[in-house]
Amino acid sequence: MTAGTTRGPDIGSLLPTYLLRLGDDALILSQRMSQWYARAPRLEDDIALLNMALDYLGHARALLTMAGEREGRGRDEDSLAFLRPESDFVNAQLMELPNGDFGRTIARLTAVAIWHLALYEGLAQSADEALSAFAQKAVIECRYHAEYANLWLQRLAGGTSESARRMQAGIDYVWPFAGELFCADDTVAGLAEAGVVPDPAGLERRWLSAVTPLLRGHGLSCPAVSAGPAPGRSGRHLESFTPLIAEMQHLHRAHPGATW
Amino acid sequence: MVISEQKARQIAGAVPDPELPDITVGELGIIRDVRVHDHIVTVVITPTYIACPAIETIQTDIASVLHDAGVTDVRFERRLAPPWSTDWMSQSARDKLAGHGISPPSPPRHDVIVTLDHVTASLRDNDPETRPCPACGSTKTQEISRFGATACKALWRCLACREPFEHFKSLRPGA
Repeated sequence: MTAGTTRGPDIGSLLPTYLLRLGDDALILSQRMSQWYARAPRLEDDIALLNMALDYLGHARALLTMAGEREGRGRDEDSLAFLRPESDFVNAQLMELPNGDFGRTIARLTAVAIWHLALYEGLAQSADEALSAFAQKAVIECRYHAEYANLWLQRLAGGTSESARRMQAGIDYVWPFAGELFCADDTVAGLAEAGVVPDPAGLERRWLSAVTPLLRGHGLSCPAVSAGPAPGRSGRHLESFTPLIAEMQHLHRAHPGATW
Repeated sequence: MVISEQKARQIAGAVPDPELPDITVGELGIIRDVRVHDHIVTVVITPTYIACPAIETIQTDIASVLHDAGVTDVRFERRLAPPWSTDWMSQSARDKLAGHGISPPSPPRHDVIVTLDHVTASLRDNDPETRPCPACGSTKTQEISRFGATACKALWRCLACREPFEHFKSLRPGA
């Protein structure tokens, strides 16, 4: 190696990790939102929440398949979803938060939908063709998630004093978990430098400048949040993660190699 | 060659969509390419939604009709970009939807793109387009839910004739 040669980030090892993070975000969020099935306050919202959970499942399938292919260890979407232990999942904790009441559900959906719009808009410009193709498609679907969340922000914040209280309580509870989304560790920094993913500081600014007026426009206050620790990204999860994973994986694990 | 590309495309495109009445997958615009190499026919599909649960059924149906036409080896490729847009639906598909009481997606527009800024601006305005009732034509209609029986449709009702109807949501590409 001659003087002046720089060793750039090793995209080949960073990208599978990043794809796993996004794939796990989508998978765990899908699984969690599906717990509204047959429990939502109205039939129309039951259908809406489950349709969005299905959207996230589709994103998870695409992302996990890409992660397995790039990793080159023979893992596909199913082995990644059903055979990894809890500490190998690298989703942000925001995605695994229990649904709570409808206010908390809408608060989390708002944070996630705006995040996905900013992130996928950035990823549509990725130097990686497959990731760019995925993001160009996914961003269109995320628009409807943001619209749905916005309608409920309006109804709950502008409804009764009880609905407004619960909507604000949902925001206050969920918002600190958003900090993990802006994590700028070596993986993200290396991929950003290579033009594969958008700059995390820029994403944080875009997210803040979108959610703050959105919430305030509905009379809600917006807790301060900034990039913080990223426990989920290193496989550390909440206590409620265990039953979520168990329910998701047990059928597959109970019948190894089974097919429909 | 076991079959010409044109013939294979025609056969594949004629497969009916499992969810939408009378509409073929060709009219939906999801068959992007058909390649024939010796005895192998490869069909490239762009799904309407990434998670569309009908894709597996559609692929099975396409394989079945191609087998009937003498093809033994049918393969599928999923292409996500350019992303499927409701602009790719043929006019005949839109007419059939309307004929079945489903409000078709808005006509093609080239100025609207999905970006964070565009979405947050439209959230502030919160003024959904008026959709005429497919049954009576009245514009006194109201959205009940952004999501309907399938992910691609929203549920509306007509305040004039009191009939509910589904509306096929517009999907358009981002920047």
